[in-house]
Amino acid sequence: MQRLNQKLGYLSALPMFAVFIIALFAPLLVVMLFSIMPPKVFSLMNMPNFKAYSVFFTQGYYKSLIWSLGMAFISTIILLVISWPLAYAMAKIFKRFTLVLTLAVVMSLFVSENIRLFGWVLTMMKGGLIEGYFRSFTGFGFDSPLYGVGVIIFGLVYVYLPFMLFPLAQGIAMVPDDARQAAADLGANRWQVFFQIDLPLAAPGIVVGCLLSFVLAAGAVAESKILGGQAVITIADDIETAFTFGQDWPVGSALSMILIVIIGALALFGISRVDLDQIMGRRR
Amino acid sequence: MPASSTTKFILFVYGILVIFLLYLPLLSVGFASISKARYLTFPIKRYSSKWYFEAMNSGTVRDLLLTSFSVAIIVTVLSVIIAFFGALAFARYEWRYRSAFQKLILLPIFFPQTVLGLALLMWFNALGIIPSWKTAVVAHLVWIAPIATLIVAIRAYSFDPALEEAARDMGASTFTILREITLPLLMPGLISAGLFAFLLSWGNFPLSLFTTGADSTLPEWLYAKMVSGYSPLVPTLGITSVIASLVLILVFFTSAWLIKIIRERNVTSS
Repeated sequence: MQRLNQKLGYLSALPMFAVFIIALFAPLLVVMLFSIMPPKVFSLMNMPNFKAYSVFFTQGYYKSLIWSLGMAFISTIILLVISWPLAYAMAKIFKRFTLVLTLAVVMSLFVSENIRLFGWVLTMMKGGLIEGYFRSFTGFGFDSPLYGVGVIIFGLVYVYLPFMLFPLAQGIAMVPDDARQAAADLGANRWQVFFQIDLPLAAPGIVVGCLLSFVLAAGAVAESKILGGQAVITIADDIETAFTFGQDWPVGSALSMILIVIIGALALFGISRVDLDQIMGRRR
Repeated sequence: MPASSTTKFILFVYGILVIFLLYLPLLSVGFASISKARYLTFPIKRYSSKWYFEAMNSGTVRDLLLTSFSVAIIVTVLSVIIAFFGALAFARYEWRYRSAFQKLILLPIFFPQTVLGLALLMWFNALGIIPSWKTAVVAHLVWIAPIATLIVAIRAYSFDPALEEAARDMGASTFTILREITLPLLMPGLISAGLFAFLLSWGNFPLSLFTTGADSTLPEWLYAKMVSGYSPLVPTLGITSVIASLVLILVFFTSAWLIKIIRERNVTSS
């Protein structure tokens, strides 16, 4: 039985593994190889060097990386704070409304991200939904909040809300009510219950939620392009430009590698600390 | 500690507010799509459906819809097949590298999609493949198949392995077990995974951007127009894409509901 299980395990993982090799590992290898080619070449048949990486420092690309990571960090913190009460309510308080919320949030994910961001442009622009109606009722207009750092962070929070909300709700659902009750009976106040029971027991959900939102936000480009009017250039935007207008694959690859290494290290660190069987509700 | 009714009410209002904000931008797009003016300003003075007619009669739009649909449908079929086996390896069989496999599956979800698209573009180029909508299928697949696997895995966790073991004890072969026990038990998960796969592929933009070559999917076209200046067709096609997703979701829920009713009727009559 055990041996059969082993064999079936390998066999059934095979199709997915094939996809990964063809469409994830091989392309990554190509990026890795291109990143050590001299700048502006389109073939791998050149003498390798690390010039493309030095461009990261000499041409100020590190600034984009700092912006990306900084905005991702801030939006993750905001997301954690605004999602917590809702995730808590979804896990412990709401009954049927949890289903309604889940459906509503999941369905919003199916609408292309750029349509939703474009919708915010129409909502927030001068003469848009908010300002336009406000002016027609009161006679006063106001400046549009578009095209700045604040609105980019708003966009990140808006787009990545589901990626924080669902893991968080799942994590909070794993906190046993008995533990909270017992703590309260023993005289713990609200904050003590929160810091000593809720937070540590919901940690796997918090880790996954923060990780997902941070990583996705760090690689984001559409928010700064559509809402931010490129007030800030993100690192993913730089990568895109290096490949398209710049026609410089090695530099694009080197920038990609830097982003991939940062994100990969974070993701591996987080994922290795989490038991997926437990989060996804395995019995036994 | 049961929450007080005031807390409950506040949280409920908060939830409603979040849903409202999630859909507010779509409301704006919806209004914009039926505005008659070529250059949009709110409040909208005259409404008309002319942009929808214009979109319907346009050959470009037909091509866009067809490309998006072809990619999505192929991605759906392949993802469901991969996810069926993937979920068993993820959740059901006890094998040596199960926990490594579980972590591997999450990798593409964490990966920045734009970068993945570019990496695939270079890889196809190195292989000498000219990108078209078919290469976009590969790009979508590496991101969507893992998500589909996770969805099926949730279902696979909830079924009792004793059912399969019983069948094996009675002499059923592995193939028979898969067909007669595992497949029907996982079916609801597979159908949801298929729905997710289709919708995610239909709406995906960052992966398509660099991998479709000369072809263009609907989200790509929308993006190009958004960045290069306003076209009144952008809100119209945006809403068309949303409505297509909505219709699919409605069909899905109605048929699930009908199947449930028919099943219940059969149980009571027999």
